[in-house]
Amino acid sequence: MVATKKQNDGVGLTHEGREYSAETLHEMHDMMLYIRRFEEKAGQMYGLKKIGGFCHLCNGQEAICVGMQQAAEATDYMMTSYRDHGHILARGSDPTAVMAELLGRAGGIVGGKGGSMHMFDIEKNFAGGNGIVGEQVPIGIGFGFASQYRDDKRVSITIMGDGGINQGAVYESFNIASLWKLPVVFVIENNQYAMGTSLSRASAETHLFKRGISFKVPGMQVDGMDALEVERKMGEALAHARSGEGPMIVEMMTYRYRGHSMSDPATYRTRGEVDEWRSGRDPIARLQKQMIAAGLATEESFKEKDKEIKKAVAQVAKDAEAQPEPDPSVLWDDIITDEIPGAYPYPRQVG
Amino acid sequence: MAKITYREALNQAMCNEMERDDRVFLMGEEVAEYNGAYKVSQGMLDKFGPRRVIDTPITELGFAGLGVGASMAGLRPIIEFMTWNFAILAMDQIVNAAAKMKYMTGGQYSCPMVFRGAGGAAARVSSQHSQALENWYANIPGLKVVMPSNPADAKGLLAASIRDNDTVIFIENEINYGDVSEVPEGEYIVPLGKADVKRVGKDVTLVAHSRMTGYALAAAEELAKQGIDAEVIDPRTIRPLDEATILTSVAKTNRAVVIEEGWRFAGIGAEISARIMEKAFDDLDAPVIRVTGKDVPMPYAANLETLALPSVAEIVEAARAVCNRN
Repeated sequence: MVATKKQNDGVGLTHEGREYSAETLHEMHDMMLYIRRFEEKAGQMYGLKKIGGFCHLCNGQEAICVGMQQAAEATDYMMTSYRDHGHILARGSDPTAVMAELLGRAGGIVGGKGGSMHMFDIEKNFAGGNGIVGEQVPIGIGFGFASQYRDDKRVSITIMGDGGINQGAVYESFNIASLWKLPVVFVIENNQYAMGTSLSRASAETHLFKRGISFKVPGMQVDGMDALEVERKMGEALAHARSGEGPMIVEMMTYRYRGHSMSDPATYRTRGEVDEWRSGRDPIARLQKQMIAAGLATEESFKEKDKEIKKAVAQVAKDAEAQPEPDPSVLWDDIITDEIPGAYPYPRQVG
Repeated sequence: MAKITYREALNQAMCNEMERDDRVFLMGEEVAEYNGAYKVSQGMLDKFGPRRVIDTPITELGFAGLGVGASMAGLRPIIEFMTWNFAILAMDQIVNAAAKMKYMTGGQYSCPMVFRGAGGAAARVSSQHSQALENWYANIPGLKVVMPSNPADAKGLLAASIRDNDTVIFIENEINYGDVSEVPEGEYIVPLGKADVKRVGKDVTLVAHSRMTGYALAAAEELAKQGIDAEVIDPRTIRPLDEATILTSVAKTNRAVVIEEGWRFAGIGAEISARIMEKAFDDLDAPVIRVTGKDVPMPYAANLETLALPSVAEIVEAARAVCNRN
């Protein structure tokens, strides 16, 4: 399910002057649908108490995950908050390992140590999965700093939400990144609710792309429900950061269909509001419509694809669930690298 | 061996490590053009240039987190806090990110880096700039905590900390920066996790770290005049702790006083005395006594400040008490 990059065959459709091949469009669509079905399965598994702790789903926000990946290089760094399943799947990580992590299994992507909020894949340059709101933002500029230090032209894609944007760490990061022209794209997934607090109840300036003005960080607002628009604008932001001109803010306007986490019934918003986004602006339905209009697919072919994906996700869940729990011995693994024999607290020892 | 200051010793360690490894860089407030608030990084900007010796805005959380990210990306940051009092602003990055990164990522990422700067009580700067908080960091799996008490250890331990593949909390002492003593020239490494017997004695074990090591040595001189032969042990690395050296000493002296500048409750002394109780109960001829900072925020007035800190006289008194000589 890895979305391979760029257009290489005939033009499938054109969006704002950019051409997308049929192959690329199918890959983007399939990945969005895969994420949707994966999250639904995760929700189910949570309901069955097979997934524990906190579990934050990204249903509705798939266009951001997929559009950004399409624009980014595989060598670019990426990190986000705890709403991380969709991003790591779009990044091309093994879905069975992601599901196994949710289930606390040995083959989990971080060996069962992290769970839903702490998905990491160093092979894919995916640095979390960070559980403290806004914490990943200073870390993100650190990756950008390393890129500049080594002059290797990698961009750090540092993602936060409309909740995270109000943390002080974010503004310290905007300032440093701008001052030193670090190659960072700050992505704000504005789903309009920080847990149960709406944007207008939490933010004096609700146009979040303007939040960099004091730091001379340019910003733009993007329809985060449109995968092609996300791809196009993200491409511009990445080019800006990569060229050495410094960071950029991209505010992705989006909506999460589910509550903040699985334990949130989302009573703070109306059914009508949710339905308006769900039925009127859904990113998957939107791309399907565009692709059907361009003659690249039919309603029937999408139905077939959906069946195929549901089956694949079910298999992933089955395979992940069949895995053993982590071996008790790993409790003591990976705390420090250079253990010092004879010094207390002793590695692998209670007393 | 040349006689140099504690701050010059730290400078030598950083310069040597930066010469041998391009991944190492120094970042913090006033480290470059100002040559360091305490002149620890004197001359380093001239030597290494602005790519590797980097002045930051006053933004502890930001540059601590930047260091965490840079270490995850393969660099070896030395992040200087002007003092450890300001590191409190960066606690999330130290505790929730650096300390846990290797574990939380199943070993994929780690944070090989040094957070360093001046800690402990300073002189006449009141509560917010004068405190010993090493017990906070020593409580956390994933961190190492290192505190040199003299120039040679400062050089050797800092070099070892920079080469170490884990996150090291390296707490220097503000009062000790001008101390002068002999320091080996060139490359010099003091391994982490090894205590040092600073004075050999047979009657009582004094365990003290950082600035308190000097106090313990002064107390030992006074005790010698009174016919008590004290052994002084400096753990040097607080976490992980070389308890064997302490326990071996207690087996010999049967008596121990643990000294620290920090507060008593859940402090380093509490941990060390608990370990002595757990591991050397039968060796003890008397309960371990702790000498600590008083349980008050540091006051400004000179007389009150003196009262708030441990003193040589208090160490002498505690040693006499543990030896039943009062």
